[in-house]
Amino acid sequence: MLIVDEEKCIGCGVCEANCSFGAISVVDGIAVVGDGCTLCGSCVDTCEPEALHIEATGKTATVDLDEWSGIWVIVEFRHGTVAPVGFELLGVGRQLADQRGVPLSGIILGDRVAETAGDLIAAGADQVYLVEHPELAQYREDVYGRVLERLIREHKPEVVLAGATAIGRSLIPQVATVLGAGLTADCTQLAIREEDGMLLQTRPAFGGNIMATIECPFSRPQMATVRPRVMAPLPRDAGRSGEVIRVELPEDIYQSRVEVLENVISDQDDVNIQEQEILVAGGRGTDGEKGFAMLRELAEELGGGVAASRAAVDSGWISYPHQVGQTGKTVCPKLYVACGISGAIQHAVGMQSAETVVAINRDPAAPIYDIATYGLVGDLFEIVPLLTRKLREKKTS
Amino acid sequence: MEILVCIKQVPDAKDVRLDPETNTLAREGVQSIMNPYDRHALEEGVRIREQLGGQVTALSMGPPQAEEVLREAIACGADRGVLVSDRAFAGSDTWATSYTLAMAARTLGTFDLVLCGKQAIDGDTAQVGPGLACRLNMSYATCVQKTREVDKEAIVVERMMDDGYDVLRLPLPALLTVVKDINEPRVPSLKGKMKAKKARITTLSADDIGAVPEHIGLAGSPTQVVKVFTPKPRGDRMIFSGTAEEQVEQLLEQLEPYL
Amino acid sequence: MDYFLTEEQQMIVETAWEITREKIIPQRAELDEKNEFATSILEDIARADLFGIFIPEEYGGFGGGCFEIVLALEQLARGCVGVATSFAASALGIFPVLIAGSSEMKEKYLPDIAEGKRWAAFGLTEANAGSDASGIQTTAVEDGDFWVLNGTKQWITNGGEAHVYTIVALTDPQKGARGASIFVVEDGDPGFSYGKKEDKMGIRSSATRELILRDCRIPKDRMVGRRGTGFITVMKTLDISRPGIASLGVGLAQAALDEAVTYAKQRVQFGKPIISFQAIQHMLADMATELEAARALVYGAARHIDAHPKQMSKVSSMCKVFATDMAMKVTTDAVQVLGGYGYMKEYPVEKMMRDAKILQIYEGTNQIQRNVIGQELNKEYSR
Repeated sequence: MLIVDEEKCIGCGVCEANCSFGAISVVDGIAVVGDGCTLCGSCVDTCEPEALHIEATGKTATVDLDEWSGIWVIVEFRHGTVAPVGFELLGVGRQLADQRGVPLSGIILGDRVAETAGDLIAAGADQVYLVEHPELAQYREDVYGRVLERLIREHKPEVVLAGATAIGRSLIPQVATVLGAGLTADCTQLAIREEDGMLLQTRPAFGGNIMATIECPFSRPQMATVRPRVMAPLPRDAGRSGEVIRVELPEDIYQSRVEVLENVISDQDDVNIQEQEILVAGGRGTDGEKGFAMLRELAEELGGGVAASRAAVDSGWISYPHQVGQTGKTVCPKLYVACGISGAIQHAVGMQSAETVVAINRDPAAPIYDIATYGLVGDLFEIVPLLTRKLREKKTS
Repeated sequence: MEILVCIKQVPDAKDVRLDPETNTLAREGVQSIMNPYDRHALEEGVRIREQLGGQVTALSMGPPQAEEVLREAIACGADRGVLVSDRAFAGSDTWATSYTLAMAARTLGTFDLVLCGKQAIDGDTAQVGPGLACRLNMSYATCVQKTREVDKEAIVVERMMDDGYDVLRLPLPALLTVVKDINEPRVPSLKGKMKAKKARITTLSADDIGAVPEHIGLAGSPTQVVKVFTPKPRGDRMIFSGTAEEQVEQLLEQLEPYL
Repeated sequence: MDYFLTEEQQMIVETAWEITREKIIPQRAELDEKNEFATSILEDIARADLFGIFIPEEYGGFGGGCFEIVLALEQLARGCVGVATSFAASALGIFPVLIAGSSEMKEKYLPDIAEGKRWAAFGLTEANAGSDASGIQTTAVEDGDFWVLNGTKQWITNGGEAHVYTIVALTDPQKGARGASIFVVEDGDPGFSYGKKEDKMGIRSSATRELILRDCRIPKDRMVGRRGTGFITVMKTLDISRPGIASLGVGLAQAALDEAVTYAKQRVQFGKPIISFQAIQHMLADMATELEAARALVYGAARHIDAHPKQMSKVSSMCKVFATDMAMKVTTDAVQVLGGYGYMKEYPVEKMMRDAKILQIYEGTNQIQRNVIGQELNKEYSR
């Protein structure tokens, strides 16, 4: 509970102004807590008279934290390929492991995964746990979940990281729930807190333009998922050595209630925006399919691809595989041209690691300018064709 | 068939803006709406009931005002709405939320099918669905873009994958989280609206669902917020001015290395 | 302006508006371009229970009257007059059954209409009988337990899409005004077929076709009301349907005004948004004023009619002629305010202007309406 000390409260309203939820307001000179309070604690930090505090829950650790050690990365394997996000997570995992002075392990489930061990070690793993079985050839929620739960309970890693892929977002919440573990989705930053070795997980939060840093003080393992292209893999080091552990589990763990009837592979490969070095993206300001046709011309001149914000995809102007952002893809191109995109954080987290960002918008107060390297203010229907034309002229001259 | 649809009331994302002065969310004029993904889940539940008979129960965990979305659910075809609300739930993370919803579901009876939206547009974690399935000991599939067949025994669905989709057969009881592609929700009908107006929304407290205090609210949340902050703006920005022509010229100068 | 709607009337407005916003507006340009009938939207309207608004409760309807229809049509017309016309024409088609049908006939048709499972259409107009409705030549001849119909109806809205058609035919040509009767002809009846679909200037999402009756045999119980009362029922039908058409004008003009004001606030010329200039402001002011006056007249007429007064023709014709002339003017002005952009198909107002024209023509041309009003004034002042 958020408690207001009515003696100390001076009704200054700083808490009201700072609350992201409109959950506290000053009524008759005293702060009053409303229904929407999420106990995030922002107001407590900013209250000068120290009139606010969150009642301690008296909660203690449900597990002996010292028993849990090691950094784990769950590596996804599907149709014969290791998902690249696995290597990216080994990259950040390596840092965490070095800071904690513990081993970094890659866990891989699938059929015929033995050959991947070398790659995982070269990517930074000290150990690779191979769980190889024909029943793991297809991802099924119950089998994968049981296997992971079992391994985690047995080996007690303090941190478990996984890619926020379709499989990751399906599997990891199940495992976290059954273990009573804290899970933070779509982290953009991971770090170890010096004082106590706790994992600090940062992600965009509360449906708005703010970031939250989260910790799991009472439970283990500390679990986090990370989207592809957010973290960077280490350069491949074939000289690294590591331990390969083949995991044998009783047959009954592989019994599934779920039948996979078909795998349908999509043939939409012109929409791999994550591979593009240059992207021209359109948002609400693009105002329709014709607007996107205009952006496509610019993209062609630049030799890049077309992307979009959620607003544009939701309006039906372009298809979902082009969507960049929290509910779309994460990209990190060399050049990202954002046209008619406001730059709300749900979009920004999908592209903010681009090397150079150009923002073109009618509204000079749009948040996109905060993350842009270059900003143009004006009508994109004037600027974009002009830019395209001048680029063409440069080429021919 | 007993169908449960979990619905959340959320702020309308497109209205939410950052107040540049206070660096917090500007809340005025922001409407509360039914989470769009949940609307699709509800529509799917109503369609399955139309096919196989039974009842659709809409369940929401939220403050008292969340009753609005439950009425909306009834206007859109749900047979009844249940709100689980208690001050003790404040500060719940996804673990405590799935616990609370599971306890509420068990209090209401046994369900053959539970439908959820893929994620809530305010939290965007997509964690509650799988967590709930796990607690209710149900098979589940996330990001379902189509239900191909359903009968009393099993359901066949298309579950989205990064490279396309898989077709799965899940035995009932099962839980599905759905994406927007799954259907086009109907407009609430006149009769539906009238029913919603008259409907009695059942409210359940933490005690009513037999919730254990250690598992709800802040106490039941393994994840805790350390701090909340606004992201730093990028360094060395250049905002151009002048006519469109002039700005484009200046930009082209800077973009030389990319051309 | 507050028109003091009841909660239920407010629900009708919200439901119809939601259909417009979610279903009609996203599809209207494409339907117009492709000359395509809005089948799926009509199904959405059915699912929302709107087809039953004016059907009595005992037949599964909402039990509303003219005013409720007016409210629904106004909101649908804000989306697309073509779609709204299809809905209005179905109501028009079933009104004769509501007004003059036996309880068996009502029992047979009204429940399906209320659910939107079956749609209706009104078959009066012929090539030689437009404004002069008494000039119809379609005949109905008795043959044992059947009626046999022969003739061709022209420009019938919902022709080929509806399931139930109310056809006006001469049963006793020599009796003049008492010589016509109305019959229900159903899709699939022997000898009943459709002509080609017309290619129209506007309301292109509404289907307009000829109805061809060639020895069309229908059972005796298909006659609506008593033999010879055809034209009387037609007059009563038009009296109650005119406010519906008028409200299409109101909804259309509202949509056009919305586009014009929004545009005028955004478009900058001479360093200012054009709404700052009096020339534009005065145009918008006149548009808004006439729109509100029309709305008030239509609502007033609808409520008057729902009170079942002895005289309703004058009021009914007034609201039709005023609101539809207003809609033509407002949509034309809206195109003018948007200037060059208004002329382009990319923007919705040119369609609105094209759609407006028919409102001045069908359901009795505005010239006929003025005749009616003039004649009523004459009668009034003679009493």
